[in-house]
Amino acid sequence: MSIRVLQPGLMDTIQDLGRYGYQHLGINPGGAMDRIAVRAANALVGNPAGEGVLEMHFPTSSFLFESGAIIALSGGDFTAMIDGRVLPLNKPVLVAAQALLYFKGPVSGARCYMAVRGGFDLEPWMGSYSTHLKAGAGGFHGRALQKNDMLPLKQKANYAKLLDRKDFKVLPRMIYTQNMYVTTELRITAGSEFTLLSEQEQLFNHSFDCTRHCDRMGYRLEGVALKHYKEGELLSSGVTRGAIQLMPDGQMIILTADHQTTGGYPRIGHVIAADLPSLAQHRPAQPLRFTLVSVNDAIAAHHEQTQRLHLLENACKLQLEKWRQAYDLY
Amino acid sequence: MLNWPQRIDPAVNAAVMAAFRRLQQLSPRWVRDLIPAYASLTIVYDALYIYAELDKDVAGWVSLQVPALLSGTENITATPARQIDIPVCYDPAYGLDITALAGQKEMSVEELIALHTGRSYTVYMLGFLPGFPYMGTVAEQLVAPRLSKPRPLVPAGSVGIAGAQTGIYPLASPGGWNIIGQTPLRMFDAAREPASFCQPGDEVTFVPISAREFDQLKKQS
Repeated sequence: MSIRVLQPGLMDTIQDLGRYGYQHLGINPGGAMDRIAVRAANALVGNPAGEGVLEMHFPTSSFLFESGAIIALSGGDFTAMIDGRVLPLNKPVLVAAQALLYFKGPVSGARCYMAVRGGFDLEPWMGSYSTHLKAGAGGFHGRALQKNDMLPLKQKANYAKLLDRKDFKVLPRMIYTQNMYVTTELRITAGSEFTLLSEQEQLFNHSFDCTRHCDRMGYRLEGVALKHYKEGELLSSGVTRGAIQLMPDGQMIILTADHQTTGGYPRIGHVIAADLPSLAQHRPAQPLRFTLVSVNDAIAAHHEQTQRLHLLENACKLQLEKWRQAYDLY
Repeated sequence: MLNWPQRIDPAVNAAVMAAFRRLQQLSPRWVRDLIPAYASLTIVYDALYIYAELDKDVAGWVSLQVPALLSGTENITATPARQIDIPVCYDPAYGLDITALAGQKEMSVEELIALHTGRSYTVYMLGFLPGFPYMGTVAEQLVAPRLSKPRPLVPAGSVGIAGAQTGIYPLASPGGWNIIGQTPLRMFDAAREPASFCQPGDEVTFVPISAREFDQLKKQS
């Protein structure tokens, strides 16, 4: 009951919704960059929202299913293929034992997520399946996937009858997550050093490009240098995901999942939680724009998005139950 | 984020730690994480829970709750700290920059060691890496800027100085602190409970050891 890594990708790690409660020890919450995709993929295969999934970047690993499984892909579209046929995103897929899954090329997004029904059979570290690369803990041996890794699965599955000798079969349930992402304008709240900007409108009247330094630790942006008042060096203090740090040269770095827990750069703003998945799927070629919202509006947006995910999870649960009865599926 | 007067000061940090410990002890359901630092406490709250269960005006609710929970801790300027000794080998084989730093400061390596071990330090915060303690403050004669060119790899356990701070790299990592020694203790061990040797607010004293003692202790840990 496992999935074998045939060719390793750029950086594929096990992630979940994060590890909270240890930031006072310098251990960041980490977790998936795109929480919408994690919850969608887990919902489609009937997993709890916080089950560990694979977060994949392109180039992506290729996988051999040593045993059958039900999987779901969500987030970025990397053209997933089995036996020359494309697998859809956001649908549950039965995969036959010995099927080979590979990814041909990115069409949209920057990170693709794969959930497996039942989840990967791994030990959580400090309450989470997320891979903490610096600590070398959590996920699959605390590291990115390598050649010949065997990802163990919790659940045994044999769908030979349903598959009818095919390599995979798409189950007829589609969910739509696209409208939960924003395309170009990210909503931000003002940070504690927002007033350090001497021309605040600069932040909203210009677009900014993602440089090649955009990863799980942070997104370094490039654009007009933001004019700011000089302030003496700040004492380091706690920082959180989504914080927009102003560098001395007027450029910005947005902190992402694997950020350090403390920092000493001025925080001019925070990307709101509801829009962090959009940032995670942002492709470098597109420019980024910002718009300002209040803290309470940010929370209301996050709440609304979470409600939609709840609805989606409930709908999937009902559907899976129907299939279970109809096909003796699980 | 709660702010205190922005300076590196044991009394200020003691007030931060008092607030941190109060919230840690009460551990309200809406608090997900606490990040105490030199002169601030960042409270990571579960906004969705507050919004759905407690109050739609989350920002307003939090700004009223926090002072109420912290009442009585405002004027604390000293908190009971855990005293810990950390053995350090200052041999230049481990203290990669100790000879150069002593030279810059026009003192002998022995004098430098005596200054570094001659006082105890407060763990003002942990950050940068899991379990990395930011401690202070070092004797004025030891204050030194970061290396102009950071090292690509500082060994785990390395003890360094940056500005008026002293710290320990719990894991091998790139870094720009002046390395003056190394502890054989595992400052961070993912398989251990607690994983981090240092906790916020600890009072640390460095104890000089020989290279032989270092090897023995290293084997034990």
